[in-house]
Amino acid sequence: MLDLRLYMAQRLSALIMAPLVIGHIAVMIYAIQGGLSVDEILGRTQGSFAWFAFYGLFVLAVSVHAAIGLRVIVHEWLGLKGGALQAFTWAVALGLLVLGGRSVWAVTFA
Amino acid sequence: MSVEDGKLTVEVWRGAGGLGRFETFEVPRQESQTVLDVVSWIQQYADPTLTYRYACRVGMCGSCAMMVNGVPRWTCRTHVGKVATGDSLTVEPLRNLPVIKDLAADMDPFFDKWVQAEAVHHPSETRHDPMRAVDADSSARQQANAGIECINCAVCYAACDTVSGNPDYLGPAALQRAWTLYNDEREADPEAILDAVSGVGGCHNCHSMGSCAQYCPNELNPLAAIAGLKRETAKRVFRRRKNA
Ligand code: HEM
Ligand code: SF4
Ligand code: SF4
Ligand code: FES
Repeated sequence: MLDLRLYMAQRLSALIMAPLVIGHIAVMIYAIQGGLSVDEILGRTQGSFAWFAFYGLFVLAVSVHAAIGLRVIVHEWLGLKGGALQAFTWAVALGLLVLGGRSVWAVTFA
Repeated sequence: MSVEDGKLTVEVWRGAGGLGRFETFEVPRQESQTVLDVVSWIQQYADPTLTYRYACRVGMCGSCAMMVNGVPRWTCRTHVGKVATGDSLTVEPLRNLPVIKDLAADMDPFFDKWVQAEAVHHPSETRHDPMRAVDADSSARQQANAGIECINCAVCYAACDTVSGNPDYLGPAALQRAWTLYNDEREADPEAILDAVSGVGGCHNCHSMGSCAQYCPNELNPLAAIAGLKRETAKRVFRRRKNA
């Protein structure tokens, strides 16, 4: 159930995520030195356009990537197809976008 | 006990369409016996109504493939001694295809997909033109040669879990043939091939797990051919952008 368009979207979103995952892990390792506190995290992210862009892009890429990936799995394992498969794909993409987008917003500009 | 005195207990799938059951036969063990020999013995000496398919008996025609102990194999070149678990053997029709009767699978979906993949030669010259010399050393020709010995046995198609999960998927053999034609310098319409393998059942569904390459009796590598198609179709996306 993957045509060229979905395949490219999944590979390109993976390509975007790869450096972001490394960046995310690097910051985690750096941030937990000497304990972790809410103030410390928010101090870094609040009002920062750079962190908003970093995690915003991450959320966008995950939404696209995971929706397409799960679409493949539910088609091959559960036989979902046609309109139901389409609806499932969009629900996952928009669901992740909303959930992730809210969190990014909460730690940056909210 | 020498091989000659032995008996083989063979579970054979009997039935038509989706319905059926296993039937058990006792078959005398012989030296250098193939699975096809076993099936033929049953048909000749135990039950003449057993339906199965073969032609060449030497691994050329691709018609004798069946599931042997759960694994797809060309039965005419599969020695019982290599695959039997103790003295027992299970023989079923090829996986991922409808069953006509007993051990004969319906190959139509398999071959229909060859056509859907545009795995058909589009001639660039007519029979009246002089024969074109083909550069045997070019890298495209090497790519084509790597897949050219396919005997259409559908062993790879039966081995592919993506075919099981996604009935639209064109499958390893059809895509490999599309790739050999794409790389043939006599091919008139390689772009049509890339279009045909880019749809919902196309090469992009392959998960690169390699069962096709593992089980192909001719040791071909459809996985590599499919990777080639993925590469060329992806490259074309960027080429089109530039040209637009
Ligand atoms: C750097 C990060 C990542 C990379 C490089 C990556 C790469 C890939 C690739 C290449 C595939 C295709 C596999 C195939 O079709 O056989 C895939 C599938 C998939 N990915 Fe990711 N991925 C990443 C992160 C994620 C994340 C964060 C999620 C979930 C939120 C995810 C969920 C999935 C799912 C569900 C599939 C479908 C499995 C399949 O098709 O076999 N991936 N990923
Ligand atoms: S590598 Fe691709 S074509 Fe080969 S068995 Fe796996 S999914 Fe099927
Ligand atoms: S690629 Fe190999 S397994 Fe598949 S049809 Fe051709 S010869 Fe048979
Ligand atoms: S009978 Fe021809 S390949 Fe086995």
